[in-house]
Amino acid sequence: MSNIVTVFKRELSSYFATPVAYVFIVIFLLLAGTFTFYLGNFYERGQADLLPFFNFHPWLYLFLVPAVGMRLWSEERKSGTIELLLTMPITMWQAVVGKFLAAWAFIGIALVFTFPIWITVDYLGSPDNGVILASYIGSFLMAGAFLAIASCISACTRNQVIAFILTVVVCFAFLLAGFPLVLDFFSAWAPQGVVDAISGLSFLDHFASISKGVVQLRDLIYFGLTIAFWLYASAVVIDLKKAD
Amino acid sequence: MIETRQLTKRYGELTAVDGISFKLEPGRVLGFLGPNGAGKSTTMKMIAGFLAPTSGSASVCGHDVVDDAIAAKRMLGYLPEGAPSYGEMTPHRFLEFVADVRGLSGAKRTQRIDDVIERLHLNGVLEQPIETLSKGFKRRVGLAQAIVHDPQVLILDEPTDGLDPNQKHEVRALINAMAKDKTIIVSTHILEEVHAVCSRAIIIARGRVLADATPAELETRSRYHQAVSLTAANVPAAKEALSKVADVAAVEIDPQDHRITAFPKPGRQIFVAVNQALQAQGVAVSELQLESGRLDEVFRTITQGSGQEARA
Repeated sequence: MSNIVTVFKRELSSYFATPVAYVFIVIFLLLAGTFTFYLGNFYERGQADLLPFFNFHPWLYLFLVPAVGMRLWSEERKSGTIELLLTMPITMWQAVVGKFLAAWAFIGIALVFTFPIWITVDYLGSPDNGVILASYIGSFLMAGAFLAIASCISACTRNQVIAFILTVVVCFAFLLAGFPLVLDFFSAWAPQGVVDAISGLSFLDHFASISKGVVQLRDLIYFGLTIAFWLYASAVVIDLKKAD
Repeated sequence: MIETRQLTKRYGELTAVDGISFKLEPGRVLGFLGPNGAGKSTTMKMIAGFLAPTSGSASVCGHDVVDDAIAAKRMLGYLPEGAPSYGEMTPHRFLEFVADVRGLSGAKRTQRIDDVIERLHLNGVLEQPIETLSKGFKRRVGLAQAIVHDPQVLILDEPTDGLDPNQKHEVRALINAMAKDKTIIVSTHILEEVHAVCSRAIIIARGRVLADATPAELETRSRYHQAVSLTAANVPAAKEALSKVADVAAVEIDPQDHRITAFPKPGRQIFVAVNQALQAQGVAVSELQLESGRLDEVFRTITQGSGQEARA
């Protein structure tokens, strides 16, 4: 456990050692605000909720989370520090989980800085704060799932640009797994059961379900399993590719 | 203590390390020599627990590097090839991180960090990001992280690469100072380093051990072993005098500085005879030296024909 904390602290502080962290947070807040007010018509709707704010989160994450996650392992491999990290007395999963949690916490920090919009809506009207809290939880979980995918793909290559693009593509597929765009690809040849299973993988559906204000166990389990699966895959990929 | 048994690493068709076995006791410094791509780094990576062997095994202080990996890694300090470190961190933060992962805490942690900072002269650059440091400082930061927990076993992959002569001297002194109670493996291209720090040398090429001996023993394999070199004003007269000595097998003249070398017949000593012959012939000699053997020549002879570029 203490090893995870040590890796976590090093990783998180490395985000703030360079301008990357500040650039990311500023862009995240700017885009979140722009989408909410201009595309989401936050004021014009005249409703005291944060639906227009949260509706855009999946699309924001689609590009911003891969940007955070692309360096997770590809940079370690490129600079050779992976050799340092993995010859220290820590296990592979401690390294994978520690680094993942640091990146996740970093996105969490960016998310926390969106609090003025909650204060605004609370000041202007009387929103259902339970729903808003649930949406925040859902949003954070979804970011975690995106990030776990990014972690795995980042382990596949030492080129961060490739990691970024592949992660965006895979995340996009998961995001829209319940939509015809993705399902049509499978429905032509795969049995109905498989198609149903794929449609059940949609990030959007699970996020939408949580942001209605009901944090259901099945959604929590879904995101938990997704993160666990991709982190496990990360460890496997790192083990296979570290010699390259 | 380090022990390897038939340690082997294959990448598909390519065999990078082919059945390397050796045993190294505390107090010994093993020099790993070999051409680029000989398998030095791969062997070290396997002992350090970074790469899993394809077959065979390695153990550090009795802990198998695969089955008991964490215990083996705890005993070990490792400087990977190129001395990688986290560029955005300062040496101070980086050493604190390594100390934390290595389980140091409290006064011991502070004392160990201060000690390696002192030993490697990192005081002036403690708060600068590592990526802004010179190659020599980066290398020293890498060495500092390898020894911060005072490990029983040290594996250093080219520890003096990129250092200037003064820094090289300091690092060698550091290795010598630690050699008394530790088990150390050093890989190097620099043959003078073998003399300076190693009590044993293994030459490998194409993943195989070609020689395993003390540096002095290796030197006896050189044709320069027991040869006599001299500088004389009158080169032809000196050559004439030398070729008359009974035990001299051959006389060679360096085309550049006209230094003359007389090679003995196998097992013979010619220094005294050469000296007498020169005096008898009245050849003026400005310098006369008994050669102990040249490692670079032994290295070339042993690895010749097997120096193809392969995987590092």
